[in-house]
Amino acid sequence: MTNNVKSRPDARAGAAHDGNGHPELNDTLFARVLRALSGKRILTHILLIGFGFVMLYPILWMISSSLKPEELIFREPGLWPSSFTFDNFSNGWDALRYPFSHYFLNSAIITGASIVGNLVACSLAAYAFARLEFPFKKFWFALMLGSIMLPLHVVIVPQYILFSDLGWINTFYPLIVPKFLATDAFFIFLMVQFIRTLPRELDEAAVIDGAGHWRIFTRIILPLSTPALATTAIFTFIWTWNDFLSQLIFLTNPDKFTVPVALRTFLDSSGESSWGPMFAISVLSLGPIFGFFLAGQKYLVRGIATTGLK
Amino acid sequence: MTDTQVRPRPPGATTRPPVADHKGALRKRRRKESLTAYLFLLPWFVGLIAITAGPLLTSLYLSFTDYSLIGDSNWVGFDNYIRMFQDDPRFIKALTNTAIYVFVSVPLQLAFALALAMVLDRGVSGLPIYRSVYYLPSLLGSSVAIAILWRQIFGADGLVNEFLGIFGIEGMGWVSHPDTALGTLIILNVWTFGSPMVIFLAGLRQIPTSYYEAASLDGAGKTRQFFSITLPLLSPIIFFNLILQLINAFQSFTQAFVISGGNGSPADSTLLYTMHVYQKGFNSFEMGYASAMAWVLVLIIAALTGVNFLMSKYWVFYSDK
Repeated sequence: MTNNVKSRPDARAGAAHDGNGHPELNDTLFARVLRALSGKRILTHILLIGFGFVMLYPILWMISSSLKPEELIFREPGLWPSSFTFDNFSNGWDALRYPFSHYFLNSAIITGASIVGNLVACSLAAYAFARLEFPFKKFWFALMLGSIMLPLHVVIVPQYILFSDLGWINTFYPLIVPKFLATDAFFIFLMVQFIRTLPRELDEAAVIDGAGHWRIFTRIILPLSTPALATTAIFTFIWTWNDFLSQLIFLTNPDKFTVPVALRTFLDSSGESSWGPMFAISVLSLGPIFGFFLAGQKYLVRGIATTGLK
Repeated sequence: MTDTQVRPRPPGATTRPPVADHKGALRKRRRKESLTAYLFLLPWFVGLIAITAGPLLTSLYLSFTDYSLIGDSNWVGFDNYIRMFQDDPRFIKALTNTAIYVFVSVPLQLAFALALAMVLDRGVSGLPIYRSVYYLPSLLGSSVAIAILWRQIFGADGLVNEFLGIFGIEGMGWVSHPDTALGTLIILNVWTFGSPMVIFLAGLRQIPTSYYEAASLDGAGKTRQFFSITLPLLSPIIFFNLILQLINAFQSFTQAFVISGGNGSPADSTLLYTMHVYQKGFNSFEMGYASAMAWVLVLIIAALTGVNFLMSKYWVFYSDK
């Protein structure tokens, strides 16, 4: 019992990973190995690995299927293909009117611009909320928080009318311009929370040195906010790359299709007949998310833990 | 010179002019700071008016009209709202589907999240790896690619039936049968339990180890510790996750749209609320009606959140009270 209580992660095993705990002094390597080998722990690991395997099995299977000749996909439920082929990738790549490189480029443009927009606009707004005093600040802040909860569906019809009046349907503007106007208020909140933790003494020292708010913002706050900016960039990437509804609504011309919209068109046009190529493109479409996930895990976990982002 | 003056003053200076100057300077500085603040907030203000609040109010107005992008629009009063509940069986179907989807998948999702978080919090070595593995589906889950995969897995020749075949069980087309199609969507949402799990993990870390030590010295068993320490101290996090996941689940769209081929098939069994809004607004361009439905969704979410907040008094424990 006591052993179990004491072995909470902050006390021992996890300390090496978090970097914020202090391993006990008598916690020798030998003791650790002994503990790791005890029967109950092994059982826990087996269960955790087994469960993780079941969870990831669909994804692993999709990757393996994308490498199998089409006729084998449904005959082999196993993961290791008995014969490899890249035909699915080449077939899928050219299955629609444009090669998929076209759709990947479109997605990349929208995603890249969205990241820049969110970083600039949300950090500006966050600085004002975190560091400046102005009339009705509480009111505006509450409004900002409220807008986080607002379902997209309730504003998208008027947005569509607005953007079609501006002649922006079938351009990337409806997907990019709002990001430069800080409409992803989640990230404002994230950055406000972060900036509030930065010591105000730094600002005050800068003021004494004659710095204005713009200088404080660009020279002190922004460089110190790198973790929050990274979290923002990574989440913007994942959300925009996965986004489907607004891309489906604002982009109807195949020339402007993004990867998700093109994939869905692929599914509709070929029905159930070409799983192989569809899996191949699906795997490619998930690749960048996986890459960002690996690169930015630290920021992702911190970001979710502090604000509950998905 | 008055002794009560706190601020030291240069001797011989008259009191009045400096005070006025000081106040004026302060006011000037405040005004300048406000101006700076509003400049920093300028993009956000424009966005608020043009992209968020403006459209929100516009859609409220539209919901009382028969606006349809082309042609005139007329004021129709509450007709759209009445039509939903009286003349639109698909709306009722969509509402029912969504209610089942939300109230089955969210509790399951949170249960998995809490269970796994508790296991991982017991000092399992390799925690970051497990955490990543379980979290990954949350990132991928809302993509079209995963929806396509799901359609295959639960299809007639899909992976699930392959496995059932091993045990000699005859499978079925899970996504093409009206009784099971919604279930596949629920499983997909439960599969993304990783993000609430990460939040739970962060919450569990905040509970001081000494509480458990004290409890076990007093002879409290594991179950007792869970109900008397973990659950109360974690309840604010559970509440937070609950609200967040409920709001997310109500707005689910992509998965149902892709898996059902865009129309909620089979037999409208996967027609979720947001899909009905989309179809009315952007397929048949009944934008007035779609706006009314969107507003009902907002009211439902707001009411549910409100009820949750009211009920939280009875089960959410804040230790600083």
